[in-house]
Amino acid sequence: MGNVLAFCEFSGSAPKSSALANIAFARKAAELHGGEVIALLVGKGAAAAAADTAKYAPKVITVDDAALGEYLAETFAPIVAKLATDNNASVVSATATSVGKDLMPRVSALLDAGMASDVSGISAKNQFVRPILAGNAYSKVEINSPVIVVTPRQSEFTPAEPLGAAGAVSNAPAGSVDAKGATFERLESQKSDRPDLGDAKVVVSGGRGMKSGENFKVLEELADLLGAAMGASRAATDAGMVPADWQVGQTGKIVAPNLYFAVAISGAIQHLAGMKGSKTIVAINKDKEAPIFQVADYGLVAEWEKAIPELIAEIKKVKASR
Amino acid sequence: MKILVPIKRVPDPALKTKVKDGSIDLTGANWVVNPFDEYAVETALRLSENGESGARNAGAEIVVVTIGPEDSAQQLRSALATGADRAIRVDADDKALDARVVTAVLQKIIETEKPDLVICGKQAVDGDANQVGQRLAGALGWPQATFAASVEMPADQKSLTVGREVDAGVEYKKIALPGVLTVDLRIVSPKAVKNHVTPDAFAYGDGPRYASLKGIMAAKKKPMDVKKLADLGVTAEAQVREIGVELPPPRPAGQIVADVPTLVKKLADEAKAL
Repeated sequence: MGNVLAFCEFSGSAPKSSALANIAFARKAAELHGGEVIALLVGKGAAAAAADTAKYAPKVITVDDAALGEYLAETFAPIVAKLATDNNASVVSATATSVGKDLMPRVSALLDAGMASDVSGISAKNQFVRPILAGNAYSKVEINSPVIVVTPRQSEFTPAEPLGAAGAVSNAPAGSVDAKGATFERLESQKSDRPDLGDAKVVVSGGRGMKSGENFKVLEELADLLGAAMGASRAATDAGMVPADWQVGQTGKIVAPNLYFAVAISGAIQHLAGMKGSKTIVAINKDKEAPIFQVADYGLVAEWEKAIPELIAEIKKVKASR
Repeated sequence: MKILVPIKRVPDPALKTKVKDGSIDLTGANWVVNPFDEYAVETALRLSENGESGARNAGAEIVVVTIGPEDSAQQLRSALATGADRAIRVDADDKALDARVVTAVLQKIIETEKPDLVICGKQAVDGDANQVGQRLAGALGWPQATFAASVEMPADQKSLTVGREVDAGVEYKKIALPGVLTVDLRIVSPKAVKNHVTPDAFAYGDGPRYASLKGIMAAKKKPMDVKKLADLGVTAEAQVREIGVELPPPRPAGQIVADVPTLVKKLADEAKAL
């Protein structure tokens, strides 16, 4: 018997939607381990997100300390490891976001625990399924250590729904915070009103064939019409057409929206690894031999210059008729 | 400064994945250096030289290490051919390894070598685990800067300022040395690495450098130590074991639509996606 300690990222007064995928994983793991889900909020301001997080887990622990103003693996990992031990956790998990991926292997070192990264499923107490080789195969691993560290893949776990009753909230001290010589300097990000790429229902991605960042404007118009997030292939981000954090693929984000548009993207393995799990895939490419057509549900052989404005007009018509 | 770069061989990612008897079929595999590890070697080289003149900085040394069977020496030779100085191969069967064992081995090597910096690829493209760099930093109690897209080293070589690719954009993190750096693909773009020796105006070619014929000849004479796990005193055993591999179910065949109105109609009525 053991509990599942679920590290949850939060924003303001609520857990991030990526964290709800982790809670969904944690519930499955807790059932197999005969323990309960303990949601863990770490960072300055964590207490403010406790009430909302308590809707999803029977127990919430917050570690809210002025010394934890910015996320650093060096300061967060010892806190997560200590609370795992103090709370009899046999599983410690965090969604495989850039924070989860940075943090959890460090936690596994501190706990001397086996770790399964980027898992798509849990098939037994200590057995996990995870994509390998850029999603070209699925590997089942068995982990034999008293504590197991897991980063579930956000796109593979439907966000948890609230429970009937609110969970109990408690606070834990941060202890002595030692950054080991690491300092957060700054975050450079482009503000956008669009949904996060990781949890958008619709994603519109452009590739090398868009030719310039200026040309992405028409894709952004399509995205805004559909309430979509913007994505891109590595070729487009490498060429500096669009920001690097738009990249979908093995490097970049793994997405699985209801609807994915791949426009002027040839479909390199690297890119397919990041979007193959989408429910409906639309590919628009002028080259009918492009590999993207092999994974697309609907393929249109056309130049984007002509097809996208027409697509925008047609979708507007459909929307107007409803 | 001394830089240690752990590298791993992987089956050529451009070739089709085959599964046989519940594991990846590696018969006749074409082994290559994990691409992210090649970027790690390139990062080490760029930190250690004047990019414009090609001269190596005084006191700079790059040691590459791999853990694997005898033929993995080939991947070490290719790193030596592009400019690494020395190689260590720790003899082990791939199946006996997981992130825990690899970390334990690297810790022992680090105890002896005492590098100022360890540079890893952010992940190996076969297992896609993305664990070793962070796990090693945690085990050593060193700071870590993962997913680096840029790195700047001041003239005193005592710290690094690293541009990290994170979900929300680029995070700049400073780490004191010794530390662990893991690199993402944009670290090999022309101006991603600054070391206060290479002139700021200098631009590298895009991507890791190729070995020259001279480099390949020189690599044959560079030292390569071979160590056994027992020599290093590594007793840690793997906790993670692969018990099966399957190919993903094929996606149902798609359809090519004739024009935009047909596409929109199908998205609305058939896929119910609009």
